[in-house]
Amino acid sequence: MAKRERPLSPFFNYRWQYSNTLSLLHRLTGIFLSAGLVLLIYWLMAAASTAEVYAKAQGLFANRLISLLLIGLTFSFFYHFFNGLRHLAWDLGHGFDRKVARASGWTAFVGALVFTVLCWILIALHVSGNANGAGGLV
Amino acid sequence: MSLRSPLGKVLGLGAAKDGVGHWWVQRIGSVAVAVLSAWFLVSLLMLGSLDYDSVRAWVAAPWNTVLLLLLVLSVMQHSQLGIQVVVEDYVSSKGTKILTMLIVNALHILLAAAGVVAVLRISFGTAGVAS
Repeated sequence: MAKRERPLSPFFNYRWQYSNTLSLLHRLTGIFLSAGLVLLIYWLMAAASTAEVYAKAQGLFANRLISLLLIGLTFSFFYHFFNGLRHLAWDLGHGFDRKVARASGWTAFVGALVFTVLCWILIALHVSGNANGAGGLV
Repeated sequence: MSLRSPLGKVLGLGAAKDGVGHWWVQRIGSVAVAVLSAWFLVSLLMLGSLDYDSVRAWVAAPWNTVLLLLLVLSVMQHSQLGIQVVVEDYVSSKGTKILTMLIVNALHILLAAAGVVAVLRISFGTAGVAS
């Protein structure tokens, strides 16, 4: 007997569009930020320890790869933040209109990019402003 | 009008075998996390230098200690609730799901405790003790 095509879950046959992309991005950035909490606590613990331990942490954060990770975390933070505001507005019953939802989605994404760049320009200015700076981030 | 069945009303639980507590805590908590994390980021950027002494002095300021503690606790809870939703959505095997959640919760509790201890140690001036 020929196998009959079974209906798939809607998860598999929805058309890919901006809304589910942004939704997925909200989750991915959320997961990434959760992992980033390890760095936050590591930093706090280092600050709670001796100056030598903190210096080690500073060295780690100055690492190029870790800096890249921090830039990713910054973008994730801003995107999750702005898109989270979208979610809160929806929960209050606002912003469901197609045009509004699309506009707010783009705003969240582009806004996150802009804020990430601004944030790192500020950090770069701080770092170059520190005469004693070893070129490190913190 | 409520769409809940009389039994559902009495038990207060849906198909999730759980109430709407998770949903509410996630929404209310997210507002706290948004406010506190924005404060944290702006404060750090305004601090300028993130060297040992400046960071410790900043953390030790009474209101900063209070808000940092609240940030650590609220962000850990927010993270735990968020990861829980993801695990519930994508991990279908019940055993794996429970095990994953136990590990996820344990890690969040560990990080939260570490964060609280770190902030309090700095605030109460327990300096210069190696970890």
